[in-house]
Amino acid sequence: MAIMSFIFVFFFFSSLQPILSLYEDQVGLMDWHQQYIGKVKQAVFHTHKTGRKRVVASTEQNIIATLDLRSGEIFWRHVLGPNDVVDGIDIALGKYVITLSSGGSILRAWNLPDGQMVWESSLHGPKHSKSLLLTTNLIIEKDNSLIVFSNGRLNAVSCIDGEVLWKKDFEEESLEVQQVIQPPGSDFIYVVGFAASSQFETYKINAKNGELLKHESTAFSGRFSGEVSLVSSETVAALDSTGSILLTISFHNGKISSQQTPVSNLLEDSPGLAVIIHSSVTGIFAIKTDAATIFIRVIGEGKLEVVEKTNHETVVSDALTISEGQQAFALVQHAGSNIHLTVKPAHDWDSNLLKESIKMDQQRGFVHKVFINNYIRTDRSHGFRALIVMEDHSLLLLQQGAIVWSREDGLASIIDVTTSELPVEKAGVSVAKVELNLFEWLKGHVLKLKGTLMLATPEDIAAIQYMRLKSSEKSKMTRDHNGFRKLLIALTRAGKLFALHTGDGRIVWSHLLQSLHKSESCRQPIGLNLHQWQVPHHHALDENPSVLVVGRCGPSSDALGVLSLVDSYTGKEFSSLRLVHSVAQVIPLPYTDSTEQRLHLLIDADKHAHLYPKTPEAIDIFQSEFSNVYWYSVDDDNGIIKGYALKTKCSGNVADEFCFDSRELWSIVLPSESEKIITTATRKLNEAVHTQAKLIADQDVMYKYISSNLLFVATVAPKASGEIGSVTPEESWLVVYLIDTVTGRVLHRMTHHGSQGPVQAVLSENWVVYHYFNLRAHRYEMSVIEIYDQSRADNKDVWKLVVGNHNLTSPVSSYSRAEVITKSQSYFFTHSLKAIAVTLTVKGITSKQLLIGTIGDQVLALDKRFLDPRRSVNPTQAEREEGIIPLTDSLPIIPQSYITHSLRVEGLQSIITVAAKLESTTLVFAHGLDLFFTHYAPSRTYDSLTEDFSYALLLITIVALVAAIFVTWILSQRKELQDRWR
Amino acid sequence: MKWVKVIVSFILTLSFLSFPSCAFQSDELLVDDEEFGLEGAPQHRSPEPIPTRSPPVTSPTRKRHSDLDSDSKIQFSLDHAFGDSDFSPAGTFSARLKTWSHGGQTLTKLRFSRNSFSDVEKEKFKNLLESDDFYRIRLPSNVLNPPGRDFIISSVKARCLPRESLDEHFVIHMEGVNVLAVNYGSPGSCPYPRNLKLPAKWSFSSHTVLKNSEQAPRAPVFTEEILGGENAEGEVVQPAERSFWAKYWMYLIPLGLIVMNAITQAMNMPEEQATGQVPAQGQPSAGAVRRGPSSAVRRR
Repeated sequence: MAIMSFIFVFFFFSSLQPILSLYEDQVGLMDWHQQYIGKVKQAVFHTHKTGRKRVVASTEQNIIATLDLRSGEIFWRHVLGPNDVVDGIDIALGKYVITLSSGGSILRAWNLPDGQMVWESSLHGPKHSKSLLLTTNLIIEKDNSLIVFSNGRLNAVSCIDGEVLWKKDFEEESLEVQQVIQPPGSDFIYVVGFAASSQFETYKINAKNGELLKHESTAFSGRFSGEVSLVSSETVAALDSTGSILLTISFHNGKISSQQTPVSNLLEDSPGLAVIIHSSVTGIFAIKTDAATIFIRVIGEGKLEVVEKTNHETVVSDALTISEGQQAFALVQHAGSNIHLTVKPAHDWDSNLLKESIKMDQQRGFVHKVFINNYIRTDRSHGFRALIVMEDHSLLLLQQGAIVWSREDGLASIIDVTTSELPVEKAGVSVAKVELNLFEWLKGHVLKLKGTLMLATPEDIAAIQYMRLKSSEKSKMTRDHNGFRKLLIALTRAGKLFALHTGDGRIVWSHLLQSLHKSESCRQPIGLNLHQWQVPHHHALDENPSVLVVGRCGPSSDALGVLSLVDSYTGKEFSSLRLVHSVAQVIPLPYTDSTEQRLHLLIDADKHAHLYPKTPEAIDIFQSEFSNVYWYSVDDDNGIIKGYALKTKCSGNVADEFCFDSRELWSIVLPSESEKIITTATRKLNEAVHTQAKLIADQDVMYKYISSNLLFVATVAPKASGEIGSVTPEESWLVVYLIDTVTGRVLHRMTHHGSQGPVQAVLSENWVVYHYFNLRAHRYEMSVIEIYDQSRADNKDVWKLVVGNHNLTSPVSSYSRAEVITKSQSYFFTHSLKAIAVTLTVKGITSKQLLIGTIGDQVLALDKRFLDPRRSVNPTQAEREEGIIPLTDSLPIIPQSYITHSLRVEGLQSIITVAAKLESTTLVFAHGLDLFFTHYAPSRTYDSLTEDFSYALLLITIVALVAAIFVTWILSQRKELQDRWR
Repeated sequence: MKWVKVIVSFILTLSFLSFPSCAFQSDELLVDDEEFGLEGAPQHRSPEPIPTRSPPVTSPTRKRHSDLDSDSKIQFSLDHAFGDSDFSPAGTFSARLKTWSHGGQTLTKLRFSRNSFSDVEKEKFKNLLESDDFYRIRLPSNVLNPPGRDFIISSVKARCLPRESLDEHFVIHMEGVNVLAVNYGSPGSCPYPRNLKLPAKWSFSSHTVLKNSEQAPRAPVFTEEILGGENAEGEVVQPAERSFWAKYWMYLIPLGLIVMNAITQAMNMPEEQATGQVPAQGQPSAGAVRRGPSSAVRRR
């Protein structure tokens, strides 16, 4: 008995240190981190000075970044946040990066070498308007100045300290300023725009003091459509709102003269609606119609001439001044699998400064943007490099007809992630081939041994570390015993699918989905989610696993759906379908057919259910489980949750035997004046629960209420759905529900008075943890609800179990009256959250930890035991032994338990946990702008030797032991012999 | 003593006086008042509501509480449907609407009168039982101006209901005068392979429970015990430094064994030497065995 209690106490104490932290030398062994910047919107080169050549880019994810022009690495980057949209960037004084953001109201200067902010000034104005940034070399009061037009006000801002030197308001209500122009070498500025869409206005302004020199306006019979293109510093080209008449307007010396040319005069065939392309090449502008891109040259007084008409997808860059009075621009055209980069001088269309053809990966799609830069070649001629942004959001630098570097910035906007197993290691492939040879293996182990015995020199230590980091073991393309090697399949917003290897994060394959490609029938395709379509494991091992990509043609939920099936080993899209119905919900069913294809039920906007795959076998399988299929829908806007079951085959349209009507089984209507749904959470479908019973302190058993149909819903007062602090505590409340989604029973309902969203929640096993803001306490809180089944509670009697008089093995039905009890508790928590997840292990034996994505873009692990509703101020001895932590009012943040250690996952969006085959370990993938992957063992790796375990030392110990046994044996033999001879 | 007697008799009379009035409330539990009367102050509510059991027949209305101005009687109907048929009236809920001084309105004393099945309905219900189909009910989402925004629907497999009679159990979740959800089903379990069983009596025995929201527990606030809390945290915060023992136990244990082995060897050696020269008293047999052959050798 004493031994038992000793062992118990030993285990208790050993479990008292649940925090697993990394040692410095373990960084990078299991984890990898990748940084991205997103789709580039604007890029400015900085190559004048000697030293590191850079490019400054602003992206659609509101990032300012400088990249190394030689390698594409990030020097520095700043995330400006979701509401701080970058309007324009430029480089001033050769050392500051100037950014205009937040609708033109914030102007910032960053130091180019290190990215530190130098100054920030906020610009406000009388009305909302287009924002334009213009860097000039004007010197006002000895300061270099910037001209910024934003919010209906023209500002001249000093480059040195951001001080506003002068400002001029354009308060006329209907005025839409289109361009701010400074003719080179002059000290005045033109502000041109439209008033009431039909009047052309020019303002000539003294650049030194903002004084209005001249104001002219002319009326035009039609209406202007949006953009204008600058043809020269005193001429603009515009289109009317019908898209059929071209206008060239010159305002030389303030005198406006305009010329109208119907587009049909320039082109023989009627081109349809034309749009003007924004460019700044002198003398040439471009319009784009449905079929072609047309380049038009302006000759003299408003005479137009078509110089080229291209039918390919063509992208044109802004003009680049290469020498005094000479401008060049780049054109990129597609031709088969190649792209043609052409650089032309602005004054002469027919000559080329550069013409290159570059082989381009088909999986990158079309070129979306091109930025050019020039340099002086060794032979003193002009060389050009081009930065191009592709359809899949990747960024490439082209120089001398080759791709210098490329960045997969599509990975900055991941929509959904799933995993796939790697192929099984074939019998023919020996380990030695993949491994190092025996000598190197031995050498490695000798080095390790030296390291363990602390005999290693610093060089040896470096060699050991290198060996560990570059271990070929972790990046092999085969399945491993522990299930650490997998493929992470990620769908990005650009409609591209990436497969990342979990070992080192490299891209195994990537595929631009044809089904999510813009086309006539599908104008605005968006990817929705990914599902595992086929996971072969038993009798279909020859098949490759595949994933299902679900998308729809347009942002509204009743747009038609698209499906495609992608082989997860090769990335080939082997099937793609345009659906005739919309996709509101995708339900993976727990049934698979003989080739291990999972059945999926797609619910459309009219609540019809469609079964996929459309095979007779699938329908046979489905028919047998027909009456057991239930689903629910949450209507956030109306506050209605409804449950459905299947009814019959679809009526109406012609015999579609894979379509089913649904019937409404239950509904929950939340009063719209007092509750608004903000968050829902469900259990992960693949979560395993090891035991249903929970042993509590006094040898008592509680049965967890484990149902995969549990739905957590959080609602707030409609008033309180805004920002924190917009309402008083009396006006705000948070109501949480636990709902059974088969019967619509509300199992638990609880109100937090004086609390407010945003709510982040995670549901696992029989508990839910959620995070919200408590207005009364002015702090964030996390609450836990645990739900226990009382109907099984009387199975505690051992005799009942022995006789078999218990209901533990009887199937659970949702239609039985749920006798549940809930326990809950709230704790203060310091951080606000971006995401929350829970560790997932293969059998669910390992204790759980919460993974919290903090506001600082890190992932923090928090033991679930801290969020135990049974914590009390003074736990009894029995409770302490069980592992109950004494009650505290706030949850501890332990610095060692940041699993991202020193790294940050910028713009963290979600944390995905995947079970490895090893029970102790869970694979964690966090994504946002950056990607981070690591292995995490919530209760340490109790089921395997650590990675730094020295087998050589063990071997030597064994050899030494055996030797010692022999020596002592021989010694004793000899001794005995001597004794006998005596 | 006299005082005590007076008090006792007073209490007795009071209780006797009040008892008949209690008996008068034949089908209405006094618990009701505690149970549903305090919903305006949910923090004092017991979390476990006590179900009221009402007979299937309509109970006569009483006007005992009419003196309270803020109370008014309301009724709302329960509709039912068999499978996918249309909804038809199936019963009436009647309750008191209590208006609180702070403006909130709550329902108390919910009672339910169920219409018994007509023959047609019985037949329909039998069909449901045979096809294991759904029996559906609905309630208005607002009891003051039904149906409110939408109906609250709930359904159960018909085979779950029959026992002796048709047993049903309602849990109505309310927020003020709004019905949020209704849990409808059998009062007990309904194990999965649902067997076809016809009820002995074609009458309903209904249980209704009214539930309002519970108040969430507050986060504990420590003022004095902060120190204790920090200690408790500190206990856990201890850095998981791997000790020498934890790192090298697998080598240390064999080493220990070797050492122990060596020690025992070393201990044995002098002992054996000793036994070789002078047989110890403690080992007579061993000495005898050894002496045997050696003496034989000497004899030879």
